[in-house]
Amino acid sequence: MVRAGRQLITGLGVLLLSAVLAVGCFAMDDFPDEVEIDSLANLYDGVVFDHAMHVDMTENCADCHHHTTGTGVVDEYCAKCHDGAEDGDTVACQDCHSANPVSPENFHSTPEAYSYHDDKPNLKAAYHLNCVGCHQDVGGPTGCEDCHAKTDAGEKYYHSGEYAPKQDPHQAAHH
Amino acid sequence: MSKISRRKFLAGSVAGGAAVMMTPAKKALAAGSFEGFPDGMGVLVDFTRCVGCRTCEAACNKEQNLPAPAKPFDDYSVFDEIHHGQPRRPTSKAYTVVNRYETKEEGPVFRKIQCNHCNEPACLTSCFVNAYTKTPEGAVIYNSKVCVGCRNCMIACPFHIPGYTYESVINPVIKKCIFCYDTRLKEGRPPACVESCPQQVMTFGKRAELMNIAHERMRKNPEKYVDHIYGEKEVGGTGWFYISGVPFEELGFDTHLPKEPIINNVKDFLAVVPMVLAIWPALFTGFHLLATKGKSHGHGDDHSHGEEGH
Ligand code: HEC
Ligand code: HEC
Ligand code: HEC
Ligand code: HEC
Ligand code: HEC
Repeated sequence: MVRAGRQLITGLGVLLLSAVLAVGCFAMDDFPDEVEIDSLANLYDGVVFDHAMHVDMTENCADCHHHTTGTGVVDEYCAKCHDGAEDGDTVACQDCHSANPVSPENFHSTPEAYSYHDDKPNLKAAYHLNCVGCHQDVGGPTGCEDCHAKTDAGEKYYHSGEYAPKQDPHQAAHH
Repeated sequence: MSKISRRKFLAGSVAGGAAVMMTPAKKALAAGSFEGFPDGMGVLVDFTRCVGCRTCEAACNKEQNLPAPAKPFDDYSVFDEIHHGQPRRPTSKAYTVVNRYETKEEGPVFRKIQCNHCNEPACLTSCFVNAYTKTPEGAVIYNSKVCVGCRNCMIACPFHIPGYTYESVINPVIKKCIFCYDTRLKEGRPPACVESCPQQVMTFGKRAELMNIAHERMRKNPEKYVDHIYGEKEVGGTGWFYISGVPFEELGFDTHLPKEPIINNVKDFLAVVPMVLAIWPALFTGFHLLATKGKSHGHGDDHSHGEEGH
């Protein structure tokens, strides 16, 4: 109880801070310095994403944002139809990629307008395919707990940490 | 009295044996085309996305109330385990497992294994007590109440999926992935493993639509995928099917399976089953016929009663 309470308070604090940061930097540089990505947090804590560092490190916003920041297109396939000259109204991943892993909108988009886009990953996968995909290619962190620590619910789920099996695994493996 | 019932019993057994030989053909007719149910759901599995985190295994364990694992689900030493010369297989305590394969081009590649929910399931056609059902939603489920533990399905399954539990001597049963039918699929929700996956290795939807998406992914990225959708045609098509960046042989897939459903081979298959297995069905059907005969007898009595009235 106490622990959960404290987590909630720190969580709220970070949230408030990042909101202030995000709004503050948005006006100055057109992008936030840091983003607390935590809309999905459950088995893992949210991720404190160093946006500024990643902007410095990458050549193009489109490495992550598709053509939505108006800075061109990097994916050759997407470039067949998008030139990336125009920027979009929507930039945050979570405003396009649905958190609901099976929302029909992810899998089968609405008839005419999205007939080209019937294979949009859900939000959890949009993050991981993008973040972990690049980290695998260029040598960023790829361990699950490099980006987010497991929560108590997560340890229970994976039967790890406090909830790890007590018996000798070698004995158990034989039966 | 005892003589009559024994003769009756033997006759029943012979009829039972004949019934077993007949069932495959009958079921094949009932199940219809090789495409399975037109609106059946499926899962597209894209191995190029899998990072081997085993979250799906944890999700399955929780959803299906399976016993606690021997090792935590974030313990990756399981990838080095070899049992009887084989990497891990699904068991009665774990309906899905992820294995790692060392490949030539791509280094380590991970593969999730579970029931493929065939359009024309060999387990179903091989089962003489009709324990298996292919639901219109696409799941291959089984009724453990009628399962007698004969293990025909374990031999029939081209993917070696059904696991056998020895825990209950009174009711030994087969256990396997059921597409989370009871708790999810029935309500149109995806199985727990699919929902849990951080990388969306699995995409849930109507099988027919997913097949288009699979072809599309390969067309968009021809250099990323090998030109084969495993499960599109194999054994008459499977509900869960796979795309990969490395040849399927390298991931332990049997790439020599026929394109036709296994049902067509079931008769041959039954012929080669060891005698014990061949006799079991006959015996059990014999029992079954005896039991039901008693019941229909009662019915007949009522009927003849009515006729007497005429
Ligand atoms: C490069 C950083 C990164 C790595 C590495 C990473 N993740 Fe994540 N993960 C994220 C981000 C970003 C989110 C979104 C967090 C949010 O919105 O709350 C996320 C969210 C999740 C979620 C959903 C939220 C929850 O708590 O249930 C799960 C599950 C998850 N990750 C599992 C994993 C697993 C398992 C691994 C290891 C294979 C992994 N992640 C590796 C960045 C990462
Ligand atoms: C390494 C990946 C990456 C790169 C490169 C990157 N961003 Fe981002 N950006 C993100 C992520 C992740 C978020 C958080 C999105 C979310 O909350 O769903 C974000 C958020 C933003 C937001 C806030 C969106 C909102 O509505 O809250 C803006 C604006 C933005 N980025 C602009 C840029 C611009 C401009 C560039 C290039 C100069 C850039 N980004 C480069 C990953 C990236
Ligand atoms: C065959 C042409 C084609 C290809 C290839 C294509 N798109 Fe599009 N895309 C369109 C069209 C047309 C629209 C505008 C109509 C609409 O809104 O769907 C669009 C709209 C979009 C939008 C804006 C939708 C919104 O929600 O605001 C995004 C984002 C987008 N595409 C991303 C991508 C990405 C990422 C790729 C590569 C993986 C891609 N597109 C490849 C044709 C294409
Ligand atoms: C304006 C809407 C929109 C925004 C904002 C958006 N996406 Fe997408 N995303 C799409 C569309 C549309 C597709 C293409 C789906 C398809 O190919 O059918 C896509 C595809 C993807 C894919 C899979 C295709 C690929 O390129 O591998 C990933 C990964 C992805 N997005 C990650 C992200 C991340 C990370 C962010 C935020 C930094 C983000 N997206 C922001 C609409 C959006
Ligand atoms: C285009 C490539 C690329 C993408 C996309 C990318 N990263 Fe990174 N990231 C890197 C590289 C390279 C490093 C290593 C930087 C170093 O070690 O100096 C890194 C480092 C990190 C670190 C460790 C450094 C730190 O800030 O403490 C975290 C955490 C991280 N990334 C999170 C994310 C998340 C979350 C996403 C997705 C929203 C993401 N990254 C997307 C390239 C990328």
